[in-house]
Amino acid sequence: MTRTKEFVKNTAGRLVPAFINGRPAIPYMGVGKYRPQGRKAAPAIASCADYPADGNKIVPDLKSALIKAGIRDGMTISTHHHFRNGDLVANQIFDAAAEIGVKDLIWFPSASFPCHAPILRHLESGVVHHIEGSMNGPLGDYCSAGKMRGTAVLRSHGGRYQAVQDGEVHIDIAVIAAPTADAFGNANGVMGPSACGLLGFALADSQYADKVIIVTDNLVPFPCIPWQIHGNYVDMVVVMDKIGEPSKIVSGTTEITRSPDRLLIAELAARFVKDAGILKDGFSFQAGAGGTSLSFAIFLRDLMKEMGVKARFVRGGSNQYLVQMLEEGLIDYILDGQTFDLEGVRSMRENPRHVNTSPFTSYNYHGKGNFSSLVDVVVLGATEVDVHFNANVVTHSDGRLLHGIGGWQNCLFSKCTILPIPSFRDRIPVIVDEVTTLCGPGELIDVIVTERGIAINPLRQDLIDATRHSSLPIRSLQEIKAEVEEICGGKPQRPQLGPKVVAVVKWVDGTVLDSIYQVQTLT
Amino acid sequence: MNLSAEAGRKGPDIRSDCWIKITLTNSGGIQFEKESKVNALYGAAIDELIVTGLTFFEIEHAQIELIDSGALPFVIMARLETAVRRLKKDRGKQWLPELKEFCRYETTRDRFRRSRLYLPGNEPKFMINAGLHKPDGIILDLEDSVAPGEKDAAQCLVRNALRQLNFYGAERMVRINQIPRGLEDLIYLIPHHVHTILIPKCETAEQVHAVADAVDKIRIEHHLSAPIFFMPIIESALGAINAYPIATASANNVALAIGLEDYTADIGTQRTSEGRESFWARCQIVNAARAAGIQPIDTVFSDVTDMDGLRQSVLEARALGFDGKGCIHPRQIPVIHEAFAPTQEEIDKARKIVLAFEAAQSQGLSVVSLGSKMIDPPVVKRAQRTIQLAIDSGKLASNWRQGGAAYDQN
Repeated sequence: MTRTKEFVKNTAGRLVPAFINGRPAIPYMGVGKYRPQGRKAAPAIASCADYPADGNKIVPDLKSALIKAGIRDGMTISTHHHFRNGDLVANQIFDAAAEIGVKDLIWFPSASFPCHAPILRHLESGVVHHIEGSMNGPLGDYCSAGKMRGTAVLRSHGGRYQAVQDGEVHIDIAVIAAPTADAFGNANGVMGPSACGLLGFALADSQYADKVIIVTDNLVPFPCIPWQIHGNYVDMVVVMDKIGEPSKIVSGTTEITRSPDRLLIAELAARFVKDAGILKDGFSFQAGAGGTSLSFAIFLRDLMKEMGVKARFVRGGSNQYLVQMLEEGLIDYILDGQTFDLEGVRSMRENPRHVNTSPFTSYNYHGKGNFSSLVDVVVLGATEVDVHFNANVVTHSDGRLLHGIGGWQNCLFSKCTILPIPSFRDRIPVIVDEVTTLCGPGELIDVIVTERGIAINPLRQDLIDATRHSSLPIRSLQEIKAEVEEICGGKPQRPQLGPKVVAVVKWVDGTVLDSIYQVQTLT
Repeated sequence: MNLSAEAGRKGPDIRSDCWIKITLTNSGGIQFEKESKVNALYGAAIDELIVTGLTFFEIEHAQIELIDSGALPFVIMARLETAVRRLKKDRGKQWLPELKEFCRYETTRDRFRRSRLYLPGNEPKFMINAGLHKPDGIILDLEDSVAPGEKDAAQCLVRNALRQLNFYGAERMVRINQIPRGLEDLIYLIPHHVHTILIPKCETAEQVHAVADAVDKIRIEHHLSAPIFFMPIIESALGAINAYPIATASANNVALAIGLEDYTADIGTQRTSEGRESFWARCQIVNAARAAGIQPIDTVFSDVTDMDGLRQSVLEARALGFDGKGCIHPRQIPVIHEAFAPTQEEIDKARKIVLAFEAAQSQGLSVVSLGSKMIDPPVVKRAQRTIQLAIDSGKLASNWRQGGAAYDQN
């Protein structure tokens, strides 16, 4: 490690800030190398004597709740993203904060969506200092342009849990939108007009925040069953007319792609899983929410039926297709992190084999093991992959913030990580010499499936051997890259970025993997 | 003389294309304004390409506006050339992109033509990856899928695609416009490694002669040695009546196709799923083609969502004697190939015949017999083709003589 005044070069060769938002940061050291010492963080000791004996924690509105929670300048406020682009709560929190007159808040969402564009106003006015969570759309452009005051910190779902557990982030107030709750604060996501399936992304918030506010539009008499969030962690309950737009909670990501190229990629990925010998009775898989991943699951289903093979478990994002496989007996269990459509919500409500999970069980670096490394094969998206199999999932090739990390980094720990991606989009090469932003180290990425061939990481000799006699188009990543550059008209220029670091990408253990620079053309 | 002209397309839904407008001015040199989705990656390359093009066409004073939605260089070149042609400033020159080595492969008269994928000739985004889906033939269409006002644009684009895109072994086909207009398309195609010209709405042998003569003239001018094949498409009552003279009109005819959409309209009826109305015409095409020794090819199946319907339609075409089917979506290709693949029974029989033929040859016998039956040469030829088709469809290993099983069982 070479240390300059402001930047440190980490083990991945990336220059990262030595201090982030005024606090010292630890540069990335390699996969599984960093082990923080000490004890986990904990909220203040509570006493039940301070809470109403009749269990009624209802306060009249969000503003009163925030005041009662002691909101002050500089506090960290957290929210979850189970409502995706249909969330109606986060914007109201900061509107209320503005009315109260506090400033310099840090918003710590598990992800933000285009529906959160109104928060730009609060960033400009100073109510919100910065966002620690994924950003895209208008918020992403605001941050990419270098207009946000602090440095954005992008974490995986597991990294968010890790940061809360090891004390890197202390949540002052957690606001948890809950589709169904009782006055005691027990809550779930499977029932009510805004049902979103589960509330796993808010679990850490409920357990570690100083103050926890449940916001619901479906108050039921005690007990609210099932209680995905325990009322014993909850300080207050606010009832509103409407907390989410149901049609946007289950957004368009569950459409199967009709693009012939993406279908081809998905089919090649499924055939690879078969030819590599992964597709056997009792196996497990996880596929993301994008169109290609959905189609992968459908091709895999057909191969499973053809071969008479069943999966022991599937990690969700669940959707109607996984639910159908569960109900047909092709899958024993869905271990679900988030539901992507109403069929997923229904199944989780009705089927005991469709189980809600959280980043704690599946992704957390400070857990005593976690589920993601038990999965036989995972397919994930990426915006860029370089010839060393390093991948980018958060920025566009021109450096703009595009996606959050989500569970992506955590899933890389699966036994076989496959990225089914086009080799270029329009004229934008996806297979490149060096990724714009490093989000996943190449040593964890095993197979790249493109429409122009399949590349296996040279570190995975076992997969290379297993597919030696396959009729699949297996090629080197360099060869695919050369073909893409010939099509696109040469090597792309390096985009002009910087000098300001507008965001950092954390690795799953809390170390700093890469810096994201200002995009000057956006200013 | 026009002062300004534009070409290409722009808008939020446009991908892999660009829009360019050239306004000629009297002085002031070149004023260039651009907006590109890939500016950060290829901005400088785009500037250079535009300057090269303007220099090529000797345009010194003009205002250029470019809105680029991620067009590949060969597309930008075609759009610029089209705008210049529309200004009538091209001086008869064509601005050719480099001919890629991988475009130089040849075709054969007898190759499989089970699937032919139609691609609109003025839509770059569908062309770029079409070859990856492994159709037997790719048709860049200049006829019905191109609006009347965009024929010039499609000529440039199709020509550039023929020089730049890898079709990975698919037969390189172009459907020209109806004769006589289609004759004007040929100069944009013949020197650029096109394999096969589809002649639409063909009604007489003379129309094939006209194409053949025009092609020969261009081949001589450009010193081309590779043959150009023809596939006339019968789409009318008159064409169906003249099927045999059309099928035998040129030694370079390799296939005869039927287009039912126009045919059924021409005989005054509508297409039905049973297809009784076209039964005679389809049989006529099969018999004319077989009599001429070329491949009979069935019409396009145009419902891209109905894969079962497609499978049924191919099986029916195959039963009537057709060797191929048209399609408009890449996902239709594997279904067509599967339905044209020989059955296990057919493969077993063909294996026996081919082995008997080879045994007879090695013993220097002129007569092939299987058991007590004599096998005629056409039957042997058919059996060899069945074996080839079985191998190509993944139903038989290429080393089947050594007892190799089908690929899928490894």
